[in-house]
Amino acid sequence: MTSTTIGAPTDAAPAPASPAAKSKRSGGHLGSYLLVRFLLIFPTIFILVTTVFVLMRATGDPITASLGGRLTREQLDERIAEAGYDRPILVQYLEYLGNIFRGDFGTTISDNRPVTEVVMTYGAATLELAFYALLVALLVGIPLGRIAAARRDKGVDASLRISGILAYATPVFFAGILLKLIFSVWLGWLPVAGRASTDAQIELQRNGAETGIFLIDAISTGDPAVVLDVLEHAILPALALGLLTGGIFLRLVRTNVIGTLSTGYVEAARSRGVNERRLLRQHAWRPALVPIITVIGLQVALLLSGAVLTEKTFEWKGLGFQLVQYLLARDFVAVQGLVVLLAVVVALTNFVVDVIAALVDPRIRY
Amino acid sequence: MTNLPAPDATLLVAHAGPATPEHTSLWKRLPVVRHVRTSVGLQRTMLLIGIVLMLVFIVTAAFAPLLAPYGYAQLSSGDVNFGSQQPPSAQNLLGTTVGGYDVLSRTIWGARPAFLVIVVAVTLSIFAGVALGLVSGYFGGWVDRVLVVIADALFAFPSLLLAIVVAIVISGGQSSMWGGVMAAAISLSVVMIPQYFRVVRAEVVRVKAEAFVESARVIGSGHLRIMGRHVLRNSTRTLPLILTLNCSEAVLTLAGLGFLGFGIEPTAAADWGYDLSKSLSDVTSGIWWTAVPPGVAIVLTVLGLTLVGESLNDLADPRLRTRRAAKAAVPLSPVTAVPGGVATDRVPGVESIDELEGPTDLFDERGDR
Amino acid sequence: MTNVVDITNLHVSFATDAGTVRAVEGVTLQVAAGEVLAIVGESGSGKTVTARSILGLLPETALSSGTVMLTRKDGSATHDIVTLRGSDLRDVRGRDAAMVFQEPSTALNPVFPVGWQIAEGLRAHRKLSDKDARTQAIDVLRLVGIPDPEHRVDHYPHQFSGGQKQRIVIAQALVLDPGLIIADEPTTALDVTVQAEILDLLRRLPQEFGSAIVLITHNMGVVADLADRVAVMFNGEIVEQADVRTLFSSPQHPYTQRLLDAVPRVGGRRLRDRVRVADELEAMVVDESATPVVEASDLRIVYPGRLRQPSFTAVDGVNLAIRPGEVLGLVGESGSGKTTIGRAIAGLTPISGGSLKVHGVEMLDVKERVFRPVRKRIGFVFQDPATSFNPLLTIAQCVAEPMVVHGLAPNPEEARPRVDELMEAVQLPKAFGDRFPHELSGGQRQRASLARALILGPELLIADEPTSALDVSVQARVLDLFARLQAELGFACLFISHDLAVVDLLAHRIAVLHRGVLVEEGTGDEVLGAPKHPYTQRLLASLPVPDPIEQAARRETWRNLRAHG
Repeated sequence: MTSTTIGAPTDAAPAPASPAAKSKRSGGHLGSYLLVRFLLIFPTIFILVTTVFVLMRATGDPITASLGGRLTREQLDERIAEAGYDRPILVQYLEYLGNIFRGDFGTTISDNRPVTEVVMTYGAATLELAFYALLVALLVGIPLGRIAAARRDKGVDASLRISGILAYATPVFFAGILLKLIFSVWLGWLPVAGRASTDAQIELQRNGAETGIFLIDAISTGDPAVVLDVLEHAILPALALGLLTGGIFLRLVRTNVIGTLSTGYVEAARSRGVNERRLLRQHAWRPALVPIITVIGLQVALLLSGAVLTEKTFEWKGLGFQLVQYLLARDFVAVQGLVVLLAVVVALTNFVVDVIAALVDPRIRY
Repeated sequence: MTNLPAPDATLLVAHAGPATPEHTSLWKRLPVVRHVRTSVGLQRTMLLIGIVLMLVFIVTAAFAPLLAPYGYAQLSSGDVNFGSQQPPSAQNLLGTTVGGYDVLSRTIWGARPAFLVIVVAVTLSIFAGVALGLVSGYFGGWVDRVLVVIADALFAFPSLLLAIVVAIVISGGQSSMWGGVMAAAISLSVVMIPQYFRVVRAEVVRVKAEAFVESARVIGSGHLRIMGRHVLRNSTRTLPLILTLNCSEAVLTLAGLGFLGFGIEPTAAADWGYDLSKSLSDVTSGIWWTAVPPGVAIVLTVLGLTLVGESLNDLADPRLRTRRAAKAAVPLSPVTAVPGGVATDRVPGVESIDELEGPTDLFDERGDR
Repeated sequence: MTNVVDITNLHVSFATDAGTVRAVEGVTLQVAAGEVLAIVGESGSGKTVTARSILGLLPETALSSGTVMLTRKDGSATHDIVTLRGSDLRDVRGRDAAMVFQEPSTALNPVFPVGWQIAEGLRAHRKLSDKDARTQAIDVLRLVGIPDPEHRVDHYPHQFSGGQKQRIVIAQALVLDPGLIIADEPTTALDVTVQAEILDLLRRLPQEFGSAIVLITHNMGVVADLADRVAVMFNGEIVEQADVRTLFSSPQHPYTQRLLDAVPRVGGRRLRDRVRVADELEAMVVDESATPVVEASDLRIVYPGRLRQPSFTAVDGVNLAIRPGEVLGLVGESGSGKTTIGRAIAGLTPISGGSLKVHGVEMLDVKERVFRPVRKRIGFVFQDPATSFNPLLTIAQCVAEPMVVHGLAPNPEEARPRVDELMEAVQLPKAFGDRFPHELSGGQRQRASLARALILGPELLIADEPTSALDVSVQARVLDLFARLQAELGFACLFISHDLAVVDLLAHRIAVLHRGVLVEEGTGDEVLGAPKHPYTQRLLASLPVPDPIEQAARRETWRNLRAHG
């Protein structure tokens, strides 16, 4: 946690412990770090849930917002009383917290389904999209970022950097529109939208569509045509979301590797004759990895925002697409439920990423 | 949060040199002007392109009525109806939308709400963020810890989702121009306040531990005096950088909201994101002119802002800055600002002991104990 | 005799924002096999640039001319480093000459085990199996005195102490068996007792491994301890070269003489005596019966731990008193708690137990409201001149700050006459008041800092390592000024330093701290002349003196102490 007291004077640094004492302590260090980090998830989720609740309920009740124009005042009041929105706000808040604690994120107004069920149905599609995009982003961002750092201020670096900035500056839905225009409409190589063609969907349905992750389901049908169809549909959305995220990764990798390339230990290794390639790939890369992993973890939030927009662009029927449908239907219970659930996902992912970073960093590990 | 090396490290690395004191003329001390003067090569080109794009954006927003051939909600010129989804022609240089509006005009008018959102959102968030960061970082304690956890939580939250929630609250969906602008601006400031808070707080915590602040404490200066005279002004050097990056984020989030249907009614103002969402179905039938112009407008605007922000970041970070002639050398002779260094010219002989104290030797930063 | 390095007419210049800067101008020197050559000089003298030229480790901005001929240990090859490029240069680096860096904590990669890092140098020069590499790493770790090397070889740098890290850095150089080791301020970042150990290790290298050493340092004690021959650099040129005894006994160049004169020595003539004689001042007599300005009894200061980390006791049961007009020198190594005590007296760090009275005010649980009037009577000089002034205010505004804060002047302008008076007292031109801190040198800033501390005429001054960031000649001037002002104004002073010799110059009494405990206290003659506590003895014996003959004798004492301790 960020230090909040004034930094203790240099003088007060504890004397280096003897080796024996050090190694004895080693186990507990990582353990306590992970414990503290784990416990931090709860206030984080609590804050997010509260923020969303307060914001959503600041102006009124969801029933009026959703059905305001369609029902009479009496009908509305009846529905409101039925759902319990006429009780004191604090009571509703505590009940809401209790429900979330039990895993109940509410029931949608428009189609009367539990939010958790909506997530079960559409979560797999979003997961699949996010996974493809992350894969593209890592495959693009890490190697190119390393090249840019190594060839710093040269032509390659300049063009890579500008591509990175361009990627950041392009909204994901505009990138999606451009990709569609070029590859689907003009060239006709790839499908315009959706997760699979109608025929393939039927094939998948017939086979049970167990996981909801179409690639896995397609492979289990054993029909290469279905697999191909599913992959073709995934290419453009994955590229749109992945390239833009990759641009951010590129910049992140470049900055951190440039930072470690100018450290004393890389200079020291150079002074012993280690070649530049190895300096880049080992000596500078590993120490840069810890902050890179941490910041990549924070991009999960960005990836989710991007996924919502990408799903709408490509009619990719995942959580984001569904969220937009509920938004248009003014079903704010569903929106609130989904947003809170996604926040929980982000908090958990950040925890996992911090654990990975800790495992990579021997200073925390030992 | 825990042990994180400032999670926003990519964008916010802050190793600026000593803050420029009030010696040189005000003009040369202005953040961006100062940066143009110290930059070279590619960095200078990037910075200048960014500044030009930013100016084009501001001019477009300011003079939209003069620049645009038609109004944003105009459906006809004279007696001639534009018609729906018409390709580019002499009458409509970039064609018309599905709703029958002139694409070029709407693209130009679209700079206005974007500009207003930036101004309102940044004004709202910067004061709140800086004030909170200053007080929280300076006093520390449990209030600080709680604020940090809240800021971290909000920071990790997908900003678009947060913006959607706030937009629902404020406008309940679509709205007039000012309604839409305020909804976007307020939702953005909810996202941005934690960012300003984090950055300013981190700087305050750093500055607070510096000897000159401790010295003020030893003297017996009151907290207000220390915060105002010593801490605040030394903690704001990264603000121009975050400001530009937040402006890009503001444009992107506004576009995202518009794209999801939280934009401004087409009759109330032109909104790039809204136009893009309407163009989605056009694209399938090969109509490009409704999608490309607003999209390019967003890209160029964000590009301009980001280029300025990136350059400021690089110039502020000695590790990333390209030096005039090359990379890393501490000037030995006519020195102006070497930390712990000197302001004397080269000494020809041993005249006084004080002159022997040359500036910091190359690589020779002795660990001072 | 063959030379390992033969530098002829080396010039190095750098392209900078402000134009070309010449760092080294016409340096010519040789290092014979197995010899220890010390290059001494102050900041900016070009000593580090010269040394780095031997490995071609200069930034791309550097432009070199002249020749640097480096000969392989077995004499099989000689290269001119100035013209060498790419893989040829890499081939030479580490094998013909290897470098030991100043700061061991930054010279070691935090995410790799030390054994792997040692092996990296080997792998760069020849193919070898992982097992061989590991064996060699273990061997060399044992050679440099890391206990239990078979086990420790897999540890990461943060698991070693500062001195051990520097041993590992030396091992990294040694494992390549180079003919020359370039040691750039190898002990500057270390405490004096650790420094003695590292110097002892370095001294063994020429005899046991036949490596010559180029030692870059600003510390004349280290030179006297280790060097065979000395080259003195000033402004990019070598002004004098001589063997170590000749240089110390009869320095020729005025710069060398001045440099040696500026080095503080334990048991040398005390500055306060010198000052008194020069200025014909009355001898200050410290009134033993007067009420102390500062009185600590059983003082404890604990930094609370957080989240399962134990709390840290920085100061543990310290008793001390400073009487009016008395200079108390507080000596200790890093982690001894000396700075903490200074900060507690100034009200910057709360105390946890015992009693601390400052101007009669009890500091335990003191309220700022109660302590605030007392602050007027305390001055504080900070260690780092780079950060002790607000960079956005002029020097005069900074110096006037105490007057404005305590209502003695409505604004800095009104305080200016008094500021000018003080500037004069610390021998700075009045016009400097209008400058900004970064426009002053470190020494000048430290003097301005003194002016700020003294502007309210305090009865107590706390000086926390005020000269440790300064070059030795600048330090001499600041210390001299300090002694003069103390004699004139008669304030009591707590002078905190890690340097026994500096403290000895100024202090009436010396207190030695070790891990938060006060182990010994007395006059300079008592504590440094006949130390009683083993730690003080060890500390004193570890301190290298700037005299090769005397240092050789002290080295024996140190060895004996170590053998018996």
